[in-house]
Amino acid sequence: MNHNSVAGNENNHTAAHVHRDDVGAKLGMWLFLFTEVLLFGGMFLAYAVYRYQYPDQFRIAAMELNTGIGTLNTVILLTSSLTVALSIAAIQKKNKFLSILMLSLTVVFALMFMVNKYFEWMAKIDHGIFPGSEELLGRPNGQILFFGLYYVMTGLHGLHVFIGVIVLLFMLYFLIKNDITPDNYTKLENAGLYWHLVDLIWIFLFPLFYLIQ
Amino acid sequence: MENKKHIIGYNAYIIVWLSLLALTAITVSVAGIHLGDYTLLIAMFIAAIKSALVINIFMHIKFDEPIFKVFLALSGLTLLIIFVLTFFDFIYR
Repeated sequence: MNHNSVAGNENNHTAAHVHRDDVGAKLGMWLFLFTEVLLFGGMFLAYAVYRYQYPDQFRIAAMELNTGIGTLNTVILLTSSLTVALSIAAIQKKNKFLSILMLSLTVVFALMFMVNKYFEWMAKIDHGIFPGSEELLGRPNGQILFFGLYYVMTGLHGLHVFIGVIVLLFMLYFLIKNDITPDNYTKLENAGLYWHLVDLIWIFLFPLFYLIQ
Repeated sequence: MENKKHIIGYNAYIIVWLSLLALTAITVSVAGIHLGDYTLLIAMFIAAIKSALVINIFMHIKFDEPIFKVFLALSGLTLLIIFVLTFFDFIYR
């Protein structure tokens, strides 16, 4: 398919011949993303079964979540997906400065998301609602399951946001060091794919946890 | 390099982003109306449209080689089969 062979020096054929397979690299990233889809898929499955079993208690428990913070975090995450996509478009158009700016903004949005998540979790924990707490164990099964799934699923998602920040910071370093260039930006594209997946998972977590009336 | 990369412009990304924000506003307002069993259905339908936008444009699937679409279809199908089988077991046990 699209093999990118970049000859190092045209006058000297014994010079290092760099072989690149951008399509293969991206295919590998997609393969990894599918394992992530299956990981989260298992949790969504548990959620689906328990919501089917305890629809009323899920509704009552969900009322306690802060829809405002959830909506704000959705907007933040969607915007961060935009900035990482713009960062890739910018390096494709040979605009290194804009690419660095957009990637930095993505990191800032990711951190904003984490700060909101921290306040949200802390508010719940202050009210005594956390796995194994007396307050929660005194409630019906459906509510215990709802908050258990809430902490595990948003927690695992948060872990992905955290890992995403580290990956994006590495990409920022590569951009500045000219390891990511207008001719060779597959690394940045793959980091972008990972970030979009984090966004995709949130697109489903948000209505399933925050928007149950 | 004979590499035909499809480069999406800034504007296309911004339009997708605005659509995603609009869909978020819609799904939040729909959740406020009492529609009973339809609420979940509508919320999942909107989430599906949002993911289609992210996957096709942000994640570039629309412009990538067909093999990427095959990968995506396979993972979606796997997930669907797992869900259907589990619910058959759960409902008829």
